[in-house]
Amino acid sequence: MFKKLSELFWTFAKVGVMTFGGGYAMLPILQREVVENKHWATDEELTDYFAIGQCTPGVIAVNTATFIGQKNQGIIGGIVATLGVVFPSLIIITILAGFISSFAHLPIVINAFAGIRVCVCVLIFNAVVKLWKGAVTNKFALVLFIIVTLGSLIFDISPILFVLIAAILGVCIVQFGPKGKEAK
Amino acid sequence: MIFLRLFYEFFKTGLFAIGGGLATFPFLSEMADKTGWFTQSQLMDMIAVSESTPGPLGVNSATYVGFVTAGIPGAVTATLGLITPSIIIILIIAGFLKAFRTNPFVDGAFKCLRPTSTGLIAASGLSVAASAFFDASASADSAALGTLKPEAVVLAVLLIIVTRFIPKTKKLHPIVWIAASAVVGVVFNFGGVPM
Repeated sequence: MFKKLSELFWTFAKVGVMTFGGGYAMLPILQREVVENKHWATDEELTDYFAIGQCTPGVIAVNTATFIGQKNQGIIGGIVATLGVVFPSLIIITILAGFISSFAHLPIVINAFAGIRVCVCVLIFNAVVKLWKGAVTNKFALVLFIIVTLGSLIFDISPILFVLIAAILGVCIVQFGPKGKEAK
Repeated sequence: MIFLRLFYEFFKTGLFAIGGGLATFPFLSEMADKTGWFTQSQLMDMIAVSESTPGPLGVNSATYVGFVTAGIPGAVTATLGLITPSIIIILIIAGFLKAFRTNPFVDGAFKCLRPTSTGLIAASGLSVAASAFFDASASADSAALGTLKPEAVVLAVLLIIVTRFIPKTKKLHPIVWIAASAVVGVVFNFGGVPM
């Protein structure tokens, strides 16, 4: 039991180290480590976990780790795999953050980060464009997107409220909305 | 008690941020305004570092915010806060995986959640852009924007071209552009601080 759990932890720590950026980047790594090397899940199961990980709250990488851990060693396995996937972040970011904060006052660092911030804006813009393609597929979604963007920009409303209202709205459309229209 | 508060704030983020990648960003941006633990420009720096280091973006930025707020115990607390709702929800769903995936209500909710999440990220992006494109002398959260920095606009346009329109360069990892922007920032004195 302990050996299995430790295997789960370190395999997911490895996945965490090899994941750069968003959750999607880790799918090929998971395929190699979890499906091909450890045989903990099939390709099909992994795709399922990933799809569900995207439409449940939280970080996709974390959600997928919990699924695979749970499948192997039950609840404790789910927890251990999840702790494994966040472990490298904790170590790396903590070291780096301490390092950066002690040099933050240097002119070279201030100027570098001023340049980097422009890049972050572009990266956010690119991410929005990419998400837009999958999310805004009809007029209704477009209206929703505009309302949320403007509403959140102009008024001091918590993102939580938008998320809750959107979820309730979606459920109501299925329940009371015209049949067939949503089939798309 | 700062740790309880950190855990609570990140628990909420983990519970309501849907869709991976930058999904946690609007929540962190709101956290900056509400708690004063960190500024919007610090948040952008943290996103840049999170994007350039191993690990999922959402986890990295939670760890970073936690560290900035309350040191190493803060980093651990924030990260645990972020993943706790995921663990609870996934462990519940794991019991009826197929039913969840094919449930029309879940599907319907996500038809509305996806554009909402995208809109939230767009709005947060626009509001943090102020600290990148306008003179840093005005603080990021003040109402006055200050003067537009033309060099920042030029860099942004160039970055959009190389990340979106040139087939050879658009596949490159964002870390390349973050590093290049750091060099440009230093060479052209983006921070307005004499070297």
